[in-house]
Amino acid sequence: MHKKYSKNAKQNILPGFNLSLGFTIFYLSLIVLIPLSAAFIKTTELSFSEFWAVVSAPRVVASYQLTFGASLIGALINAVFGLLTAWVLVRYTFPGKKIIDALVDLPFALPTAVAGIALTAVYAGNGWIGQWLEPLGIKVAFTPIGVIVALTFIGLPFVVRTVQPVLEDLEAETEEAAASLGANRWQTFTKIIFPAIWPALLTGFALAFARAIGEYGSVIFIAGNVPFVSEITPLIIITKLEQYEYASATAVAVVMLVISFLLLFAINGLQWWVNRRATALT
Amino acid sequence: MSIEIKNIRKNFGSFSALNDVSLDVPSGELVALLGPSGCGKTTLLRIIAGLETPDSGSIHFHGADATAQKVREREVGFVFQHYALFRHMTVFENVAFGLRVRPKETRPTDAEIKRRVHELLELVQLDWLADRYPPQLSGGQRQRIALARALAVEPKVLLLDEPFGALDAKVRKELRRWLRRLHDELHITSIFVTHDQEEALEVSDRVVVINKGQVEQIGSPQEVYDNPVSPFVYQFLGNVNQFHSQIHQGEANIGGVGLKINAHHDTKHSAGLAYVRPHDIEIHKVRNGEAPAFEAVIHYIHAIGPLVRLELQRADQEDLIEAELTQERFRELGLIQGQNVFVYPRNVRVFLNA
Repeated sequence: MHKKYSKNAKQNILPGFNLSLGFTIFYLSLIVLIPLSAAFIKTTELSFSEFWAVVSAPRVVASYQLTFGASLIGALINAVFGLLTAWVLVRYTFPGKKIIDALVDLPFALPTAVAGIALTAVYAGNGWIGQWLEPLGIKVAFTPIGVIVALTFIGLPFVVRTVQPVLEDLEAETEEAAASLGANRWQTFTKIIFPAIWPALLTGFALAFARAIGEYGSVIFIAGNVPFVSEITPLIIITKLEQYEYASATAVAVVMLVISFLLLFAINGLQWWVNRRATALT
Repeated sequence: MSIEIKNIRKNFGSFSALNDVSLDVPSGELVALLGPSGCGKTTLLRIIAGLETPDSGSIHFHGADATAQKVREREVGFVFQHYALFRHMTVFENVAFGLRVRPKETRPTDAEIKRRVHELLELVQLDWLADRYPPQLSGGQRQRIALARALAVEPKVLLLDEPFGALDAKVRKELRRWLRRLHDELHITSIFVTHDQEEALEVSDRVVVINKGQVEQIGSPQEVYDNPVSPFVYQFLGNVNQFHSQIHQGEANIGGVGLKINAHHDTKHSAGLAYVRPHDIEIHKVRNGEAPAFEAVIHYIHAIGPLVRLELQRADQEDLIEAELTQERFRELGLIQGQNVFVYPRNVRVFLNA
């Protein structure tokens, strides 16, 4: 006993491990695990065949495809343009830079419903941008494109804010070294800069993606919520709740939860692998 | 390949980093740019490399104007103080980088790259580290890899920016001897920047002393050490004692003591500064005939190492004189703290006040 105790004491130089770990687990249980497990428990009110009928209804399956598909596309768009935004903010000085830097955070702060209404007003057939797109045959509001636009909007800060500090920390000297060795700008970017920011970009992408999957407020206005076309899964859940079908609502929620968890788990796995390679066992 | 630097000026805002600097580096020489921090030596090196553009003036490589060339066109190898290795690449890939980014027509085959990289790693004696990543190496190893990487592209000029500045004293000494040997093998025109006069004097063929954006003196290590052209160079190349003096017809009068100096014979009644190196201070316990001497008290004795360092307080004023004796001479004299002695400066070097 005594020996075991002293070994533990040696392993943890920082005091308070037991207390802080205990609190963390208690807190996570209270805030995250208990509500989530309630969803699972509520779902058990349904038999398996009932459950399967609810979650595999064609209208619900269409909503999964829209939610995860649009979230993925939105996150990918953010990865590209968020990187570009971060690059511009870090690498160049120009008047109004501070303002643009602050603007990036706006999607964080804006109530999502406000964002949804604003986007709808702008992209509707008679809106500022919508009126020019309509004649070209591009309808944004009340279509899946609208959903993608909304999900891109709310995800932007995640990519910018994760990539920006890494880009700032990048040593200018390594780029100069690459140039002195004969690399052109494109080679320097792909072989030196990109590998360094890739883990951060992946994190930003994962955050934007996760945020988009759970997004509700900004989407429902612009989506128009046409069944099979522009109806997202969170809306289906709300609809079922409004019809007092609590068990069915939680059944759909559980499916979302599991898919989200698996996706995030996979992305985390990828991150871990990338990080391990990037820091090369140091 | 020779390098000619002509009338380079560079300002950063209102700060003048380089003020009309001209310098010729003959082919195959190892030249040290020596100066205190902020004197412009690194800026000059970066301008030679093409990492910085001069406000005016030109750079010529072997007679051809290279001022407008970009860094990647100049075929220079650049070694940074903090190595600037690519962290996410193995040592092998770091060294191979310069070969791999070549356009397809001139890129060597994989087998050729492999052969070349291992050859270079053997040259820097680190072939066994090929599969490691830079963060796993010590500082000295990293700098040798950085050097191998720079040499991989067969540069015409090798530029090193305080290459040993981030290393500890022992490794620094080892590496600078190793650099000298490497240069003797490869004969590549090399310029390195340092603020360490010992390093510059030991390693280089020629020393360029720079101060406040201007070249103070150019010469072999022996020349600049023995015949410094200005008080700055004299002070920068070693410890000194400085005396305010009146110069009159080949004699420096320092507080009533008239020292013969082998210069300024025609100067009459001018103020000047007289300098003496600590090892040129001779000490006697009794007055040595008619030779001019200061009376002084031994203030402090530091007797560690091959040389004994003494601090002497002049009798006529507050100033301290620093002296260095061999252990042998020190024991012979049997000096102790607080003792009265006579100080005889040799090789006094005088610069008249401008």
